[in-house]
This record gives sequence, C-alpha cells and structure tokens, in this order.
Amino acid sequence: MSVLIFVDQADGHIKKSSLEALTYGAELAAQLGTSAEGIVLGEVKDDLSALGKQGVKKIHHVNNSALNHLDAQVYTKVIAEAVAATGAKVVVFSHNLSGKAIAPRLSVKLKAAMVAGAVGLPNTSNARPDDPVGRGFVVKKNVFSGKAFANLSLNTDIKIISLNPNSFHITNGDGVAEVAPLSVTVDAPKVIVTAVNKVTGEVPLSEAELVVSAGRGLKGPENWGMIEEMAHLLHAATACSRAVADAGWRPHHEHVGQTGLAIAPNLYIAIGISGAIQHLAGVNRSKVIVVINKDPEAPFFKAADYGIVGDAFEVVPKMNAAIKKLKGIA
Amino acid sequence: MKILVCISKTPDTTAKIAFTDNNTKFAQDGVQWIINPYDEWYALVRAIELKEKDAATAIHLITVGAADAEPIIRKALALGGDEAIRVNADSHDSFYIASQIAEVAKQGGYDLVFTGKETIDYNGSSIGGMVAELLDLPYVSLATKFELNGTTATITREIEGGEEVCEVSLPVAVSCQKGMAEARIPNMRGIMAARTKPLKVVEPAAVDALTSVVSFELPPAKAGVKLVSPDTPEELVRLLHEEAKVI
Ligand SMILES: Cc1cc2nc3c(=O)[nH]c(=O)nc-3n(C[C@H](O)[C@H](O)[C@H](O)COP(=O)(O)OP(=O)(O)OC[C@H]3O[C@@H](n4cnc5c(N)ncnc54)[C@H](O)[C@@H]3O)c2cc1C
Ligand SMILES: Nc1ncnc2c1ncn2[C@@H]1O[C@H](COP(=O)(O)O)[C@@H](O)[C@H]1O
Repeated sequence: MSVLIFVDQADGHIKKSSLEALTYGAELAAQLGTSAEGIVLGEVKDDLSALGKQGVKKIHHVNNSALNHLDAQVYTKVIAEAVAATGAKVVVFSHNLSGKAIAPRLSVKLKAAMVAGAVGLPNTSNARPDDPVGRGFVVKKNVFSGKAFANLSLNTDIKIISLNPNSFHITNGDGVAEVAPLSVTVDAPKVIVTAVNKVTGEVPLSEAELVVSAGRGLKGPENWGMIEEMAHLLHAATACSRAVADAGWRPHHEHVGQTGLAIAPNLYIAIGISGAIQHLAGVNRSKVIVVINKDPEAPFFKAADYGIVGDAFEVVPKMNAAIKKLKGIA
Repeated sequence: MKILVCISKTPDTTAKIAFTDNNTKFAQDGVQWIINPYDEWYALVRAIELKEKDAATAIHLITVGAADAEPIIRKALALGGDEAIRVNADSHDSFYIASQIAEVAKQGGYDLVFTGKETIDYNGSSIGGMVAELLDLPYVSLATKFELNGTTATITREIEGGEEVCEVSLPVAVSCQKGMAEARIPNMRGIMAARTKPLKVVEPAAVDALTSVVSFELPPAKAGVKLVSPDTPEELVRLLHEEAKVI
C-alpha cells in the first residue's frame, strides 16, 4: 500500500500545483502510516530528486517523448499500470487542467471512487482499524462554485483525490527523492498537439498567488497602466470582470467568474468591480480579498477582507507608490 | 454526423445556497433551475452551429435526472436539439451518471460527445472524462474552439498560461467552455417545435455509485471588511504586508 502522486509537467518543468499535490500526498501517507511516491510522465528538464523536498521518497519516471503532451487516454493507461506496479491505494492529482482530464478516466479504469476539487486531507477517524483506507474515508470538496463544501465518502478500495490548486501549502524540507525509471507500455497518442500558444512574460492567472483585477469602473482600456503597474510591482497576474472582457478592453483569458476562470489566489485585489454574484463565484475562494470602489454600497464589500471606499484613479497611484516604498524601489 | 450533447440541470447562479435534513440535502425551495451554463452556451450551441453547416447532422440530447428535469431538456430542444433522452434516475455520483450516459451512447453510435466544462453545483469536471473512458474514446477537455474537417477535429484547449491546438480523428469526447460558441436565446419557432420533438425516457442501467455525500457545509462567514480611508492608501499596503502577510 502506498500513496501515488501524479506530478504534472509542462515543457519539462514541474508545475507548482504538483508541488502542492506532492506535499498533500506525503502528509496523507504519514496520516495513513504508509509512504508516498510520485510519477512523472514525459521528458523533463527539472531535477526530479529535488521533489524529495515535498516529502516523497521515490519518483517513478516514464521517460518517453510520446508523453510530452497530454493525451488523457494514453496517460491513464500508463498511470493505471503504475498503480498496479506500486500497489497504490490512493492516487493524488492536482485538480488543474491536466488533472481534470486524467483523474476521471483513471477513476473509471480502476473503478476507484474519486473526489474532484478536494480542499483538505481526508477524515479517516471513522475508518475501521483493519482497513484504514476502506470505508470511513471522507474528503471535503468545493461545491456550488465556492459557495459551499460537501463531505464526500469514497467507498472503494482504491481512491482518487484531485486537489484544488492553491488550497494546500507546499513544504520545502531537505529530502532527496530516489528517481527510478519505470517501464510501461506507452500507446501512440491519438490527440496530436500541433501548436502551443503561450501568453509570454506574464504570471499565468490560473497559477498566480496574487491577482490584481479591474472592472468597468476604470472607464476604458487606456486606463489599465496603473493596474499593470501594480501587478508588476507585486509579481501578480492581472484579471478582469466579464463586462470588461466583453467590451474588448482586456483579453478574454483574463476574465474571471462563473463563466470565466475560477481562481483561488492568496490575494485578490478588485478595483472598480461591483461584485456581481457571477463574478464572486470565480474569486470567492481567494484567501484575502481587497476591494477598491467609489460606491460604499457595492456588493463586493460584503465579500471583502479589506477595502477602500474611494476613486480608483486617486487610490491606485498612491498604493503603487506605497508598494514601491515597501519593496525598496525608488 | 451524430452528436450527443450532455445536458444537466443546475440551480440558477443567483440561487441561495442552503441545506436541509441535517445538512445532507440542498434546499430546493424557491430555487429556479436552469440548463447548466457550460452545457447550454458552449456544448449545445456549438453542436447547433455544426448542424447549421451540415444539415445531415443529428443532435441528440441526454440528461440523467428525474421528471423535474424535463422543462430543462425541453428548453434545450427549443434551442436546437433534434431529440432527447432522459435516463430516469437521480444521482450525484459522477461515475453513476457517466455510466448511464455511456450506456445510451453505446447504442447511438455517436461521432461526437459534448459535455460542459463542469456543473456549477457539483463542480466535478469529471463526467466527460469518465464517459470517454467508458466508451474508450480520446478526450479533449476544456476546449475553447472546435473545428471539423471531414472526420478530423481541430480542437483548441486551455493550458496553464495559454492554449494548445490539437488534432484528433472522430469519434471523440470533448468538454466545452468559453470560446466554443456565443450564447443564444430560443426563438418562438424553436419553442413551438420543441413541444413535438421526441423525448424518450429510459430506465437506468444497474450501476453502483462509488461515492456518497455525508454532509454539506457553508463556509464560515467573513469577519467583515476592514475599511481604510481613501486618503491613506499606504495604510492598506501596510496592513496587507504586516497583518494579512500576503505581500
Ligand atoms: C449568467 C451570467 C454569467 C456571468 N458571468 C460572469 C463572470 O464570469 N464574471 C464576471 O465578472 N461577470 C459575469 N457576469 C456579469 C455580472 O453579472 C456583472 O454584470 C459584471 O461582473 C459587472 O462587471 P463590473 O463589475 O466590471 O461592472 P459594473 O457592474 O458596471 O461595476 C463597476 C463598478 O465600478 C465602480 N466604479 C465606477 N467608477 C469608479 C472609480 N472611479 N473608482 C472606483 N470604483 C468605480 C462602480 O461603483 C461599480 O461598482 C455574468 C452575468 C450573467 C447573467
Ligand atoms: N445529470 C446529468 N445528465 C447529463 N449530463 C450531465 C449530468 N451531470 C453532468 N453532466 C454533463 O457533464 C458535464 C460535467 O459535469 P461534472 O463532472 O458534474 O462537473 C456537465 O457540464 C454536463 O455536460
């Protein structure tokens, strides 16, 4: 028995969301009295033994260029073989873009109960002593787009947990993982990637810890300079309301909310956004929410931790100056 | 060309979220039900667009739900589906729902299976992938664009910080999100036509659910906003640094 963590890479680099999944898997293994191992698919550039820092003892590496791009069908078969080879009872994914593609398929292939979007470690206090991962394995997940949680019982022998990004810390210990090549059958992919278009030079919104976002209160696209400056000073990603994306002021990939991206950064700064329920649905899992709005009645203040009732055109430049001072930028 | 579009019923986005029966059931009183936005705006409308280009296309809709899902499936028919199938079962277990969809899909011989990106109530993002595995089909998730060239689909999908274009031969299962299509509203002709379109009810296959909901809970209420004067924004920066420790 062990906990197996799927470690996701893009372009040969391990994703931050996978470091969260590794830490989670290692802490889960400790809770269950077993060990945690990771699995990496495709060619990598990063040093995989460094993943020991997150507490895993061993990394299985399927070093095959046919796995450089995601084909969920092919990946699932490989991971299923690794589960059989390692005798894993719990498989952990990040509920990121790849996890959403692979974990459900693996759930079917292994007939393993799955929780999508877990926000914490399982509660195993009702487990039978002879069968710690049998019954009584309850995991909390997000439901109703961040407005509630469900405690889900996973009722099969093997279990799959897909962890919500940015809902678990990353440990940085001094462990070194043993890297072992794993040889399994790798089918030819049927989904052939023909182009990758990255928005370069920016912090990707889905992975960002800090997000500066603005809405229709900014009056027009020409006024985003101060928003971009704040994001740059904080190493934050920029986001916007749907109204702004629909108006063509900002690109659509920046739009957060129920119909856009759902994010859960440590800090979300909302400037000139009213806080409509559909907007909140995408951001209410942020740890700290700051609202800057000239209308004291703006609904966003009800969801905020900090706020300023004021004109963004006066407040934001002053904040930027204060951030520069804080960071020692003249 | 035969397309199967998976349609689910969700509470309206503005619905109040509350629970009854000792926090084990969603409180349905006064809740307005809608077609899950991703299923309607992106999966269904893209299927309709494909049919507009190639009239030989048939669009079948499927929902796994009790009789109270019928107004939702009729609305989807009004938007443009040709016929609908309701599997008469009420479950929140993704594997159970996916298995019911796969049973129907096996008999239909579909070239394309479209789902939404996720349901806005259970937020699984799971059912599309499960159906694909049950049918042994390739799966492209979180698609933002979909083009068809004979029997080859060119699909754009979201990746961290960008997008990826891929090609795959039909049949394929696709989960759809923003970018796939623009939302439409049903017109009177569609609404009238929907009344006479076939809506078949089938009984569920015997499948065991793999999960069960033990309880629901609401997040702890926020402590309330701490307001800083607009004259001293530097105080807000200080609080974010020293108190909240996020910058
Ligand atoms: C089904 C559905 C789905 C939707 N999905 C989404 C979604 O995913 N994401 C989303 O964002 N929206 C979504 N919407 C739209 C949403 O309901 C709102 O219309 C939208 O979020 C409003 O954008 P906004 O806050 O930028 O604009 P507004 O509502 O116009 O608000 C502008 C705010 O700026 C403030 N303001 C004005 N001038 C200043 C100033 N000088 N300084 C400071 N503040 C100022 C105003 O007081 C106001 O509060 C959806 C709507 C529907 C019906
Ligand atoms: N009860 C259902 N009946 C038919 N399709 C469904 C049902 N539930 C979910 N789906 C489809 O599966 C997608 C993903 O759902 P989920 O995995 O629950 O987030 C939805 O967008 C729908 O297209």
